[in-house]
Amino acid sequence: MSELIRCTNVCKDYVRGAESIRVLRNVDLSVAVGTIVALMGPSGSGKTTLLNLIGGLDAPTSGEIEVDGLRLDSVSARHLARWRVRSVGFVFQFYNLLPVLTAQGNVELPLLLTDLSRSERKRNAALALDIVGLGDRGRHKPGELSGGQQQRVAIARALVSDPRLLVCDEPTGDLDRQTADEILELLQTLHRDLGKTIVMVTHDPKAADHAMVTLHMDKGKLASQDDQAASALPSARTVA
Amino acid sequence: MNLLSLLGANLLRKPTRTSLTFVSLAIAFLLFMLLQAISDAFSGGVSLAGMDRIVIDSRYSMTDNLPLSHVQQIRSLDDVEQVTHMNWFGGYYREPRNSFATYPVDPVSYFDIFDEQIISGETLSRFRNIRISAVASEALAAHYSWQPGDTIPIMQDIFPQENGSWSWQFELAGTFHYSGGQLLLINYEYFNEAVAGWGKDQVGWLVGRVADPPEVDAAIRKIDGLFENSSDPTRSTTEDEYRRRFASQLGDVGEISSMILMAVFFTIILLTGNTAAQAFAERVPELAVMKTLGFSDRAVAALVLAEAIALCVSGGIFGTGIALLLEPGLNANLGGMIGSFEMSGRSAAYALVLATLLGLVVGAYPAVSAMRLTIVDALRER
Ligand SMILES: Nc1ncnc2c1ncn2[C@@H]1O[C@H](COP(=O)(O)OP(=O)(O)O)[C@@H](O)[C@H]1O
Ligand SMILES: [Mg+2]
Repeated sequence: MSELIRCTNVCKDYVRGAESIRVLRNVDLSVAVGTIVALMGPSGSGKTTLLNLIGGLDAPTSGEIEVDGLRLDSVSARHLARWRVRSVGFVFQFYNLLPVLTAQGNVELPLLLTDLSRSERKRNAALALDIVGLGDRGRHKPGELSGGQQQRVAIARALVSDPRLLVCDEPTGDLDRQTADEILELLQTLHRDLGKTIVMVTHDPKAADHAMVTLHMDKGKLASQDDQAASALPSARTVA
Repeated sequence: MNLLSLLGANLLRKPTRTSLTFVSLAIAFLLFMLLQAISDAFSGGVSLAGMDRIVIDSRYSMTDNLPLSHVQQIRSLDDVEQVTHMNWFGGYYREPRNSFATYPVDPVSYFDIFDEQIISGETLSRFRNIRISAVASEALAAHYSWQPGDTIPIMQDIFPQENGSWSWQFELAGTFHYSGGQLLLINYEYFNEAVAGWGKDQVGWLVGRVADPPEVDAAIRKIDGLFENSSDPTRSTTEDEYRRRFASQLGDVGEISSMILMAVFFTIILLTGNTAAQAFAERVPELAVMKTLGFSDRAVAALVLAEAIALCVSGGIFGTGIALLLEPGLNANLGGMIGSFEMSGRSAAYALVLATLLGLVVGAYPAVSAMRLTIVDALRER
């Protein structure tokens, strides 16, 4: 299986005044195309930071990050922004939808950056809403939807430009058990039917069950992937 | 969905806040148009004329009358070559909005003094000989398509006739050349005869020419000395000085208008700027999400700036539009008092430019902040 993500010796420092804090320490990571990765670890251990680097939202202090063939650490912020449009979809804990737009509008938003026509944008957004099971809610504003529904809209927005990679930061963190399970099912479906690679930060052991690989992060260090492969196998079996 | 509909949706996010801002903007621009019109009306009246003339006014105020007998007394002074007298008449032609300067004058001495206003000998003699005649400046006659021989009704609101009528009729003797626009002169002799008792034998002010221009100050002292102890003392000034004093009063009106406008726009900038800053703070996470999706720093800044400009320009257009709608009514009511009350296309164009500038000023801070916003920090802040 070919590789979608590769991090080599990635470090990330945050500078606060004169102080510099090392948040990621020599992270090495390799994710194959079509994998679901669960990233676990205590709060403040650097999970979101790593996810932001993989999604091209931030640049590492040192090390190399290659996603889908592009060296993210060596291109400009502008280039990264253009790359994100087609290559990666984001799902956040608090959905982060634009409250003034309808569900349909929110899903269409990233397509404004593509050269699709108005009607193509409309059609693709409707299709994405269909995939997440909200085909009939296009006209609703986020305020009129439940948390689970809003997260589905957010997933549709992440999907709509058909990226290979979805990065999800605690996607079920704000949801009740049943709704969380439904969202995890949905992500599972996207992986199975559409071949999406998913990297998901989570505290939820059940979410980890859906993953094929579970990585543990602690104080900016990633437990070595080889160790993980073993522990990931039972999970993978559970899914199958 | 497109960026324009996103812009619209953002403006309507807090309808009450947006409406309040919109209304204050509209009021500011309405005020702008009104003050601009007043300022224009006042500065329109000043025209150029000769240097060797003196204006003789009541010492009490520019608007107090003087007795007609002053004319003969001044004329008898050696220092004065010629003197003529004028009255304020006012009124309007058919409708209150048709108002223009109208003065009862003595035909011969008037055109002798104001020699830059040119009248043919034939017209002047008709003006002298036909008791109820009037002469119009070419511009005035052309404006209302008056022909010599036409009867011109002037409706009065200050001077009734002795018979109680407020309507005066004049016969147009002809036209004269005057570069200052619309002006109607009527025969003083007829005015004095027909006007109600309290208005008789009064003149508004006198204009004279001194025999020896370098000695104008001596002449002025002599004239004013003549009436020093009378019940109607005078104040004489050179026409130049008179105009300067008048212009400085007009200047005051302009200055006061600009001060009011500055205060209004300063307040508007604070108010709208505060609203824009507040709206921006509420949207930081949303703007970060847009950047996450791939919108460039510049695109996000442009969106924020465009929203500020759209609000200011729409408020500006609304206020200006209301001003233009009110114009005919205001002109009818105020026009007679201050010349003409007109909202020029130039003022409307200024208003639009001003609205755009206002949007730029008000939107600058949020736009720059939006541009600088880093995704990772903004998403963490929530
Ligand atoms: N912009 C920043 N400036 C300073 N410190 C930061 C910044 N972002 C994250 N950190 C710090 O980096 C560490 C890791 O943060 P994060 O990646 O959000 O952890 P996790 O997602 O695992 O909870 C935390 O100690 C956090 O305080
Ligand atoms: Mg986190």
